[in-house]
Amino acid sequence: MDTATAPTQTNYINVAHTAKSWLLTRDHKRIALLYLISVSVFFMIGGLFALLIRLELLTPAGDLFEAETYNKVFTMHGVAMVFFFLIPAIPATLGNFLVPLMIGAKDLAFPRINLLSWYVYVLGGLFTLAAVIGGGVDTGWTFYTPYSTAASNTHVILTGLGVFISGFSSILTGFNFIVTIHKMRAPGMTWFRLPLFVWASYATSLIAILGTPVVAIAIVLVALERTLHIGVFDPTLGGDPVLYQHLFWFYSHPAVYVMVLPAMGVISELIAAFTRKEIFGYKFVAFSSLAIAVIGFFVWGHHMYVSSQSAFAGLVFSFLTYLVAVPSAVKVFNWTATLYRGSISYQAPMLYAFGFLGLFLIGGLTGLFLGALGLDVHVHDTYFVVAHFHYVMVGGTIMAYLGGLHYWWPKMTGRLYNEGWAKFAALMIFVGFNLTFFPQFLLGYMGMPRRYHMYPEEWQVLNVLSTAGATILGVGYFIPTIYLLWSLKKGEVAGDNPWGATGLEWQTQSPPVTENFPVTPVVTEPAYAYAHQEKRFA
Amino acid sequence: MAPQVDALYFFLVALTAFFTLLISGLVVYFAIKYRRRSKDEAGVPIHGNLRLEITWTVIPLIIVLFIFGWSAKLFFTMARPPADTLDVYVVGKQWMWKFQHPDGHAEVNELHVPVGTSVKLTMTSQDVIHDVYIPDFRVKADVLPGRYTHMWFKATKPGRYRLFCAEYCGTNHSGMVGWVVVQERAEYQKWLAGGAGTGTMAQTGEKLFKDLSCITCHREDTTGRGPTLIGLYGKAVTLDDGNSVEADEAYLRESIVNPRAKMVSGFQPIMPTFQGLVSEEGLLQLIEYIKSLRTAPSNATGAPAAPAAAPATPEKK
Ligand code: HEC
Ligand SMILES: [Cu+2]
Ligand SMILES: [Cu+2]
Repeated sequence: MDTATAPTQTNYINVAHTAKSWLLTRDHKRIALLYLISVSVFFMIGGLFALLIRLELLTPAGDLFEAETYNKVFTMHGVAMVFFFLIPAIPATLGNFLVPLMIGAKDLAFPRINLLSWYVYVLGGLFTLAAVIGGGVDTGWTFYTPYSTAASNTHVILTGLGVFISGFSSILTGFNFIVTIHKMRAPGMTWFRLPLFVWASYATSLIAILGTPVVAIAIVLVALERTLHIGVFDPTLGGDPVLYQHLFWFYSHPAVYVMVLPAMGVISELIAAFTRKEIFGYKFVAFSSLAIAVIGFFVWGHHMYVSSQSAFAGLVFSFLTYLVAVPSAVKVFNWTATLYRGSISYQAPMLYAFGFLGLFLIGGLTGLFLGALGLDVHVHDTYFVVAHFHYVMVGGTIMAYLGGLHYWWPKMTGRLYNEGWAKFAALMIFVGFNLTFFPQFLLGYMGMPRRYHMYPEEWQVLNVLSTAGATILGVGYFIPTIYLLWSLKKGEVAGDNPWGATGLEWQTQSPPVTENFPVTPVVTEPAYAYAHQEKRFA
Repeated sequence: MAPQVDALYFFLVALTAFFTLLISGLVVYFAIKYRRRSKDEAGVPIHGNLRLEITWTVIPLIIVLFIFGWSAKLFFTMARPPADTLDVYVVGKQWMWKFQHPDGHAEVNELHVPVGTSVKLTMTSQDVIHDVYIPDFRVKADVLPGRYTHMWFKATKPGRYRLFCAEYCGTNHSGMVGWVVVQERAEYQKWLAGGAGTGTMAQTGEKLFKDLSCITCHREDTTGRGPTLIGLYGKAVTLDDGNSVEADEAYLRESIVNPRAKMVSGFQPIMPTFQGLVSEEGLLQLIEYIKSLRTAPSNATGAPAAPAAAPATPEKK
């Protein structure tokens, strides 16, 4: 094992060492690392709040915090996790790092805008942090009116401003990706030779640029109503409180796909690499990302079946919701079929992919319960919903994010992490996750409403199980932080292609040089052409 | 309603279990059978299989459409209350529930209803959005400020059932809970007989109608400066823009708090707004009163509502 010698070639990391060289970088790979650090900070903040929530719910009485503090805790958990971790996590870190590499480009189309998007994100984050430090906000991450405009006396505007600002970072990144994917593909990199992660990033970018402005406007209107009492949502000012929910979910449902589509893209890459096989039904998987992105814009009303929305509207939204479920289901079948006659290895990233399959499956199938009009009436706004979306967002997105991070870590840093620890952590996360969230399905069906600081005693056992699971999950998330950091100095030198994977990112050195490829690559074969290059694995 | 909802639920549980076992079974089986045996082994290239892909697109499509149809049918039964209901009025406020029965009984955080009777709640909020949720009955509906929403249920077994606020509404959201007390008919009658006090909702409404001097403009005949309200409820009203609207609860409420929003054809915009001058309960009482103005002059109303009949239309003596 050659742990002592650092990679000696120049690469994007060792090319310059000053703080300025990082803070003013235009290299998409360095910006990806800046994002990696900043989203990790928010993941830790969000995780800490999650831990506090679970601690409070250990007992039915609501004895750890005041009710108001508890409300702030779950609000800030949601805000930090959704807007500052889940939405940017895969696109802004892995996407930033990989999109140019995967298509054989030197960088994104607009490197300065890319850097700007990071600063915008940080600025939004600072506003939100200021709100947290200044006493917090208690509206729930959904900011429902008229509570947020007329009743709450916490830092709604400051937090809203943070979310508003960070939205521009998604828009800028999305715009940058779309132009890059259209204009900067290497010679021979046709649309149907693109890795599926690139297709997913493209679809995600579309949603980000079309949807984010709507939620931005909704937040501005909340701020206007709060400060200037312009009646938009508050009925005492002549407004309509349900209008807010339409605006909010018009973005926030598609935002689910901003979180999930890139995760699906990562999973396609992992499964291809660790079965050494092309993805079964490549074209279907590619187009289904686009289909999900488009139909996903017309299902927002499934969050509002009991909001007084007309029964007919509910009917239409339910129907469309079921339509959008199909392409997701088919993706799962395609991934499963890809395993058939593959050459499957169980390295850590693949364990995360397996975990993703199981958890996303349950997350998706329980979505069928929520789309069902007559049944959603009962489970809406209960822990059933909480469990469902954590299966999708945490079980789906975070599993994929961690799997991807492990898979591309050698490319990003030039080092290998400790495989044993990585497998152990993956297992722990899987077990901890299920123990945390499965009991919540049961609680939800029994009727425990979400956002409850106190609850009837008969639900304590399941809540204790959930908290126990969360503890395991928390430790599971912490372990990778340690061994990944450790690998930076002591990890085995990875080499250009430790997994024997296809894809242009593996053909350049690890870590890559500043402009990625010494000579622009020419692409002659489809993605995942493993059968043609067996020689490479030796 | 609970058994129907549960039937769909258990069907979906079975479906979920089936697909979870199927897929994870296949994943485990393939993972073992096709595990990598040598370092330089590659998978067998398989492009796809159109027929297989169409099959596994169409089958889920059929399944989800089936679920859609089933759940939609259920939803429409839940959304449409039967004709003959016992009405109760609900006002939510941070952080309590106020229930008013047409006979004048008022309760806080506790709702008495007779067993085997369809109960319809007409609900509104005094401040932010709340939500009445009774898990045992599998019903839930948002309670909005400035608007009336409805929900109905029929309890089949006497007992005490939990009622929660299910829409986050601020600090004491999790304390905004209560009980639905379902009683045998006889017992319920006894409860009704015990101290209602101040008269029916319609009677209280009539008093308000006088105190707020609605009566100066709205007379029993057509001599007032405002339209007569007799027989108004449920009728079509012609507006000055030529449209016509049904005089339901929402319309009556709006006519009182925001009279200019819909102007009755042939009248001047002289009615002052009563926004902020009448409480939500008061509004409901006024509406109950206007509803009671079927044909006869106002002083003929006020018979205590017969519980199992529809108290919204008290029978005349
Ligand atoms: C100054 C006279 C005046 C007073 C006082 C007044 N109203 Fe009116 N009201 C009118 C006029 C004029 C109209 C018809 C024009 C309109 O739609 O605003 C009207 C319309 C209505 C309507 C709609 C009637 C329909 O045929 O559609 C209702 C209901 C109503 N008023 C209830 C009340 C109640 C309850 C009060 C007391 C809280 C009240 N009004 C006090 C003048 C008055
Ligand atoms: Cu949604
Ligand atoms: Cu509430």
